[in-house]
Amino acid sequence: MIELDGVTKFFGNYPAITDITFRVEKGEAVGFLGPNGAGKSTTMKIITAFIPPTSGNCTVAGYNVVTHSLDVRRHIGYLPETVPLYTDMSVKDYLAFMGKIRGMSQQRIRARIPEVIETCRLQEYYNSYVSKLSKGFRQRVGIAQCILHEPDVLVLDEPTIGIDPIQVVETRNLIRGLGGDHTLIVSTHILPEVSMICERVVIIHEGQIVAVDKPENLATRLRGVERVEIDVRGPTKEVMATLKDVEGVQAVERKRTPAGEDFNTYEIETVRGSDLRPQLAAAVVKGGWNLVRLQSMGMSLEEIFLRLTTTEDQPAAVAPATTT
Amino acid sequence: MKNTFAIAWKELKIYFTTPTAFVVGAMFLIYAGITFVLSITGRNPEASVRSFILPASTFFILISPLLTMRLLAEEQKLGTLELLLTSPVRDWEVVVGKYLASLVILIFTISLTLYYVVMLYVFGNPDSGPVLSAYLGLILYGAAALAVGLLASSLTANQIVAAVMGTGTLLVLSFIDLVGTRLEGTAADIVNSISMRTHFPDFTRGVVDTSHIVYFVSMIAVFLFLTIRSVETRRWR
Repeated sequence: MIELDGVTKFFGNYPAITDITFRVEKGEAVGFLGPNGAGKSTTMKIITAFIPPTSGNCTVAGYNVVTHSLDVRRHIGYLPETVPLYTDMSVKDYLAFMGKIRGMSQQRIRARIPEVIETCRLQEYYNSYVSKLSKGFRQRVGIAQCILHEPDVLVLDEPTIGIDPIQVVETRNLIRGLGGDHTLIVSTHILPEVSMICERVVIIHEGQIVAVDKPENLATRLRGVERVEIDVRGPTKEVMATLKDVEGVQAVERKRTPAGEDFNTYEIETVRGSDLRPQLAAAVVKGGWNLVRLQSMGMSLEEIFLRLTTTEDQPAAVAPATTT
Repeated sequence: MKNTFAIAWKELKIYFTTPTAFVVGAMFLIYAGITFVLSITGRNPEASVRSFILPASTFFILISPLLTMRLLAEEQKLGTLELLLTSPVRDWEVVVGKYLASLVILIFTISLTLYYVVMLYVFGNPDSGPVLSAYLGLILYGAAALAVGLLASSLTANQIVAAVMGTGTLLVLSFIDLVGTRLEGTAADIVNSISMRTHFPDFTRGVVDTSHIVYFVSMIAVFLFLTIRSVETRRWR
C-alpha cells in the first residue's frame, strides 16, 4: 500500500532523512518510532504528498507522490503533529468543510459525520466552536477529519502528544480500533504506545532506519540472550551455584531481596532461542527450595530503542544488566 | 471548481461569524457617510457619487489588506495549510477560493452605500453613466488591492506582518505617480502607468477606458498568480 524506496530529503544542506526504504502492506499497522528530530514527520509529510522527496521514490496505493499527488491525497487521511483546526468554526462545520474538499457528496457527508462523531465520541461537542475545546477533544476532532472520507491509508503524526493520561488511553484505543479497516502509520516517541497499537515497528534515528520488525522479534534479535527472572527461597550461595550448573545458563545474578534472608530474585541469562524454564524449575525443586516465581523477560522497547539509537561507545547506559 | 466554492463558502462563513465583515462595513459607512454629506452640502452641492467614491479608494488601500491578512497567514499559523495541501485540492483552487470570499465581502461593503445613490435619485438628478462607472472603478480598485493583500498573506504566518506588507505595497503602487512628476519622458510614463491612482479617476468621471480595465484585471491576475506560486513554494520550504 505504501512503498518508500531510497527516499532522501534535504533541507538546504542538511539531510533530514537519508535513504529510507520500507513497505507497508494493506491493512497493516506500522509504528514509526524515533527520538525528536529523527525525521518521522518529514517522512510522513512525504508520504502524504505535502513535500516532495529530494530523491528516491514514494508510492501510495500505486500512485507516485510527486507525479500523481492528487491521486495519493485522495487515498490518505492525515493528522499532522499540530492538530490543524479552524478555531472559528464549529465541529460540525469543520467536518463538513473537510468532507467537501475531499470531494465527498453532500449525502455522504451528511451520513458520515454522525458516524465519525460517534466513533470519536464527540456527541456533546457537535455544535461547539473548536476554540472552546480542550486539547484532547481537539485531537479527537483531528482524528475525526482524518477518517471522515474513509481513506485507505491513515497517517497519524504523534497522535497522543500533549493530552492527559486518561485521554491518551482513549485515543490509543480509538486508533487501535481503526487499525483493522485501514492501513495505518503512527509516529511516536512513546515506546509502549507502539507495541500497543502496531504490528510492526520502524525505528528511525538521525534520518535513517535502524530497525524494522515486529516488536517482539526486535527484542530477541537484539539481545542474543534470553533472560529469565526467578524468585527462590533458599540459601543464596547454593541456589546460585545450582542455577549456574543448569545446562545453557550463561550467567546468574542476584538482583534483589524481596523479603527476608535467603529469599532472592535472580536474573538468569541463557542462550538465545532456548527456553530453560522447565530445567530451572526442576533444579530448584531438586535442591529442596521454594520456587516462588519464574518469568521469562522480554526486552522492553525502551531498551531496544536505546540500544539501537545509542552509539557503541556508551554501552553502559544501554545494558547495565549484562554480567558474565 | 467545486473545491474553490467550498473554500470560498467556508471563508465567507468565518467573515460573518467573526465580526470582521460587520466592522469593516460599519467603518466604511462612517467614512463614506462623512465624505458624502460633505459633497451634497455646502456652496456647490453635487448630485454625483464621485465625491465619496474617490476618497473611498483610499479607504480600500488601508482596509483590503486587513480583509485578506487572515486568509493564508492564519492557515500557516494553525497548520491547516498542511491539511489543505494534503487534501485533493489544487493550489490555485485554494487561492482563488479565498480571493473570491474576500471579493464578496468587498462588494458587500461597497453595496452598503447604494442607499446614497437612491437618495441622489430621489432628491436630485444624477447622471446614471458616471454612477455605474464609478462603482465599477471602485470594485476593480478594491479587487486589485485584495489580490495584493492576498499575496502578502501568503508570504508570512504573521497576520500583522501580512497587513503591513499589503498596505505598504498598495501605498507605493497608488502614490508612485508622485515620483513620476520628478521624472521625464519614458521613465515618467512608465511610473505613471504603474500607479493605481492614474487609472482610477477616469471611472469616477464616467469614462470607462479599456486600458484602465486591462490594468486592473491584469494586476489582479499577476498578484493571484504570484500568490499561487508562493503557496506552492510552501511545500518546498
